[in-house]
Amino acid sequence: MNDNNIVLRVEDIHKSFGNNEVLRGISFDVRRGETKVFIGPSGTGKSTLLRCINQLTVPDRGSVWLDGEEVTNSGARINYFRQKIGMVFQNYYLFDHLTALKNVELALLKVRGMSKSEAREKALIELRQVGLEDWADHYPAELSGGQAQRVSIARALAMDPDVILFDEPTSALDPELTREVLEVMRKLAQQGMTMLVVTHEMGFACSVATEILFMENGVVAEQGTPDLLMHDPRFTRMKNFIGQFDSYRGD
Amino acid sequence: MDVLSILIDWSPYIVTGIAATLGLVLIALGIGVLLGLPMALGQVYGSRPVRWVIGVYVWFFRGLPILVLLFLFWFGIFPGIGLGDVPAFFVGAVVLGLRGAAYQSQIFRGAIQSISEGQMIAARSLGMSRFVAICSVILPQAMRIALPGWSNEYPNMLTDSAVCYAIGVAELLTITSRIVAQTYLTMPIFLVSAGIFILLNYGGIKVLHGLERRIAIPGFGSGAV
Repeated sequence: MNDNNIVLRVEDIHKSFGNNEVLRGISFDVRRGETKVFIGPSGTGKSTLLRCINQLTVPDRGSVWLDGEEVTNSGARINYFRQKIGMVFQNYYLFDHLTALKNVELALLKVRGMSKSEAREKALIELRQVGLEDWADHYPAELSGGQAQRVSIARALAMDPDVILFDEPTSALDPELTREVLEVMRKLAQQGMTMLVVTHEMGFACSVATEILFMENGVVAEQGTPDLLMHDPRFTRMKNFIGQFDSYRGD
Repeated sequence: MDVLSILIDWSPYIVTGIAATLGLVLIALGIGVLLGLPMALGQVYGSRPVRWVIGVYVWFFRGLPILVLLFLFWFGIFPGIGLGDVPAFFVGAVVLGLRGAAYQSQIFRGAIQSISEGQMIAARSLGMSRFVAICSVILPQAMRIALPGWSNEYPNMLTDSAVCYAIGVAELLTITSRIVAQTYLTMPIFLVSAGIFILLNYGGIKVLHGLERRIAIPGFGSGAV
């Protein structure tokens, strides 16, 4: 805990659903400004891991620390920590009854207790950040998937989080919309936002990640910089995993 | 004397009957919402004992004929708790309201449960408490979904309110039958009464449909393509 740059510490997280042990002891540290990307086959607990970090799923064992404060077992203070740990979901989960602007405003008003004008100003800044200022008054049903996902990123950003968790943010999008969402995420990474990203987008992982964690069977099987995992002959498992897809393409 | 002049003579009396009927309906619908909505929330989010108590309540009030409920409260429960001299109007409104709450709770429950889990997850992920999430995210959506089904409650309540005749509330049916007893113009007077019920019904439904349109949100709950 001496490294002041560590914003998030995850220690020995275990989680089972019934007899299915999904997470079998996951630990890592996240430094400020880092982008950690989680890769791995379906069902290896990547999404569960993200949900264990902000306690949407309560882990069976292990602890999570944000800026030196324990997030696990924090009781009602969890609502404070969740403001500091943003989350972006595969299916956006925008509030369907609110415009893009009001989606971003809501937690500012109800959680942060901002005035209407403050919240509006802040929400517009975040929508501008994701390039959707002109869409502020549109309802979720009127947005494309890519736009909806960018609104949900703005909604997370509005809380000024220390870290944002992205749970397969582009898995519901076609390649073109995927690109516009990844562009926003790339920009955030460059601006120094701390991000944990579960994704299958290898191009994004290799170009943006400060570190890739390859998960398999509930543990981190390989861990390192993109360069290391892709090119160092000592690491084979992630390459094999990716290679499966390449063989389908006939490369 | 022709029917028209009789009606004109009796018109102040008929107006009080209409007022009593509308009073019964509005008070009963109000009680129904005020009790039915918390009951629905209790059934969805409550602990096991809470859900059990609400289940028994719903089972009781949906299980008995409305006339039986009315007599039970009028002859038994109100006198039993020392409220024997409460006006029949009040007893009628309360019974209709308590019964309405049982039905309405199930309309609201269905609407709340139809909201996808992701809405609550997203709200909680932003640091909202469960209470704030329910008030700001779940209910505004659920109420919009509930409204078309809930609109049934108005004509139901309007027609059900006529059973208060049985305990002597001076509502429209009671007034009608009193005029008939005085004038022996059975069919004409009942037809006028029926016409008034239908008009009250039409007006209320218009208001509710207008409300539905006013709170409609593009692409939400409408199902329109």
